[in-house]
Amino acid sequence: MTWVAVLAGSAACYLLKLVGLSVPQRVLGNPRVRRIAMLLPVAVLAALVVIQTFTTGHRLVLDARAAGLVAAVIAVLLRAPFLVVVALACVTTALVRLWL
Amino acid sequence: MTYDAGDRSPADQPRFPPRGAPERRAVLRVALAIGATTGAYGLSFGAIGIASGLSLLQTCALSLLMFSGGSQFALVGILGSGGGVVAASGTAALLGSRNAFYGLRLAELLRLRGVARVAGAQLVIDESTAVATTQPTEPAGRLGFWATGLSVFVLWNLGTVIGAAGAGLISDPAVLGFDAAAPAAFVALLAPRMRGRQPWAVALTASAVSLAAVPYVPAGVPVLLAALVAILAGWRRRPDDASADDPDGQPA
Repeated sequence: MTWVAVLAGSAACYLLKLVGLSVPQRVLGNPRVRRIAMLLPVAVLAALVVIQTFTTGHRLVLDARAAGLVAAVIAVLLRAPFLVVVALACVTTALVRLWL
Repeated sequence: MTYDAGDRSPADQPRFPPRGAPERRAVLRVALAIGATTGAYGLSFGAIGIASGLSLLQTCALSLLMFSGGSQFALVGILGSGGGVVAASGTAALLGSRNAFYGLRLAELLRLRGVARVAGAQLVIDESTAVATTQPTEPAGRLGFWATGLSVFVLWNLGTVIGAAGAGLISDPAVLGFDAAAPAAFVALLAPRMRGRQPWAVALTASAVSLAAVPYVPAGVPVLLAALVAILAGWRRRPDDASADDPDGQPA
């Protein structure tokens, strides 16, 4: 099943790229469509952050991952490089988990 | 807003800056630097892919075939937390939809046909769009697109293989806090988009709505509800937020 997700998702992402290069300007040029397209990543990424930090299955939980998120936010505010942001979040989560 | 070709006809100018031109060196240097950065970032994608339960081959296939960071992190994150095929690939597609708008903007600059368009489409990502659309001339813009796209493609895939192979050596990724890696990656991807009041309003509303829905709806649906928040917010015209009309204002 993982392969289906990998291949279907990849096909969808590729077609979206190709469509942009191929369709006439006016189809996607609508300002409303453009605004929505720019807000979609913001909404989806924000939802993924909270879902993957504060839920397990269908339950809301507060665990070591929250500390990792706080570390990531601080690192981003300090303009740390991407890899540092991710590494700090992992280390913080692991340490808090070890502690609790 | 589209790339303005000005009054020069396409035939008068070269496709790329001539050999030895200073702008050629400048563009190539930027392309390599961006490729190196995303290579480092590919390392973390490779590691997260394995930590989420994908095989080495599946993780590498994503970097080759999907080749869009946000979509890839989302797909492995959702599969890793028990989400289904539709939720995972659907969310990846939602995040990839911005590339369609990048393509729209790049189409006039690149003027690709046939095989070149089929191959070039795969390189339409945040980084190549950002470099292509910020060059002083059209030939430099075209070179910026290809050089950045190819440099990111090669180094992102190389980073993925190394990261995935390295993570495969670790027996229990949760011990190392790898389950916090994907949310951290999303925070980093989100940061450059948070300019102005509307993105904050949308992000906070989407977070609240999706968290509230988690106990009651199937996995994956909360993310779709978040997308609905973006659609409703974008539907209404916001006179104070002119920057939202420029989809390529902040490619990150």
